[in-house]
Amino acid sequence: MKRPIYLDYSATTPVDPRVADKLCSYLTMDGDFGNAASRSHTFGWRAEQAVEAARADVAALIGADPKEIVWTSGATEANNLAIKGAAHFYSKKGKHLITCKTEHKAVLDPCRQLEREGFEVTYLDPESNGLVDLGKLAAAIRPDTILVSIMHVNNEIGVIQDVAAIGALCREKGVLFHSDAAQSAGKVPIDVNGMNIDLLSLSAHKIYGPKGIGALYVRRKPRVRIEAQIHGGGHERGMRSGTLATHQCVGMGEAYRIAREEMAAEGERIRVLRDRLFGALKEMPEVYVNGDLDHRVAGNLNISFNFVEGESLIMALKDIAVSSGSACTSASLEPSYVLRALGRNDELAHSSIRFTIGRFTTTEEIDFTARLVREKVNKLRELSPLWEMYQEGVDLSKVQWAAH
Amino acid sequence: MAYSDKVLDHYENPRNVGSFDKGDPSIGTGMVGAPACGDVMKLQIKVNDQGVIEDAKFKTYGCGSAIASSSLLTEWVKGKTLNEAAQIKNTQIAEELALPPVKIHCSVLAEDAIKAAIADYQSKTAGGDDKADAA
Repeated sequence: MKRPIYLDYSATTPVDPRVADKLCSYLTMDGDFGNAASRSHTFGWRAEQAVEAARADVAALIGADPKEIVWTSGATEANNLAIKGAAHFYSKKGKHLITCKTEHKAVLDPCRQLEREGFEVTYLDPESNGLVDLGKLAAAIRPDTILVSIMHVNNEIGVIQDVAAIGALCREKGVLFHSDAAQSAGKVPIDVNGMNIDLLSLSAHKIYGPKGIGALYVRRKPRVRIEAQIHGGGHERGMRSGTLATHQCVGMGEAYRIAREEMAAEGERIRVLRDRLFGALKEMPEVYVNGDLDHRVAGNLNISFNFVEGESLIMALKDIAVSSGSACTSASLEPSYVLRALGRNDELAHSSIRFTIGRFTTTEEIDFTARLVREKVNKLRELSPLWEMYQEGVDLSKVQWAAH
Repeated sequence: MAYSDKVLDHYENPRNVGSFDKGDPSIGTGMVGAPACGDVMKLQIKVNDQGVIEDAKFKTYGCGSAIASSSLLTEWVKGKTLNEAAQIKNTQIAEELALPPVKIHCSVLAEDAIKAAIADYQSKTAGGDDKADAA
């Protein structure tokens, strides 16, 4: 067993060897290195053929037509293109957008930028389980609302939003619906037509493809218009200029093809591992799952170990690679904004660890992780004055702390 | 974030972890910080008749640097008089542990903890007990 054990698959995934093999054949003189926009020779034609085959594989995973796929540098660019592109195009129709406080920064920051440009954005509070309440969303839609952006699967807590219901509501109200599917594509079934999704952001590196490539699905029927954010040559039907990275497109296509064929079986295998880990950890007292456990992607386990501070726990867990909801990198400690939005108190937000399990995780690694976490949490609790007070029956919420 | 060897040593082998009886008149207890801020330190000192700190114990909820700062502090205060212990500055702790700027607040918290523990001991012995003053 190699250490450290990688349990941060929501941050990024290793490239699947099948993807790497295929991708590498589109780089050198011996391979198809051409520019897909070159129309005058076979190098260009072969590159174009490869890019279009990959586009079809990406489209197939989400039930789209290949013509509806626009290549981007990743999900961040896709989110920017969808949100700013749609807002700019439809600004004469209205200047109001709706999103949720637990969205990724790649959605929240473009919204902030639009606010600086004179748009108005409603940031919905999720319920305490991390899910968006449909009634609250419906109530937030106004005559001048042009776009709703709600992510499919949350990157921190892994909860799956009911995008089909949100899509139906948006369609009924005549509002565009964008969803960030960086964490869901290849893990949860997506059908852009059945779910009434107008714009969908995709990433390759979260699903065993290479970093630096993603795509935006842009609906054609009924036609959704966006204003380009990058100009220069009119590639991708004018929506995103720039020479296509053939090898990256091919890598993403292959990753999506594999996902389409294997996601059902893989998801089940990963769910068993996740439940095995959770089963071993929940035997400890004062352990809390963050986010809904039923509406949740298979590989995610985000839990708070009360009375243990997250950064010291990560330090103790140096044999496993996980991430913490506590970002203790500045003098003022900032716990995860996602956990805060769920109404978690600061202590629990500071105590959270995100385990994300993936294609190459083994049972042996999960068992090692469970043993290690239990041992280190117990050790840190022996060190914790809060644990001591809790055991003495002190109500910590009633203590007058000297804030600093 | 890279931790210094000394922080790692104190974090992995913390010295003097534990608790004394808060009610014992020879014990001074200092509890500083807040859970919402991500660190809480409890430092206890056991003071003898000569006003010398005979023993010290701590418990800390916080990052590795906070744990190391309080562990180091318990080593330093043992054998010191209350006046000497009160002279310990956060900069000495930060320097000894090579804390980066973002972790300086951990050493500040440790200095606050020993001051609070001394104040608690002195408030217990205040009025008729001049042993602490003799130190």
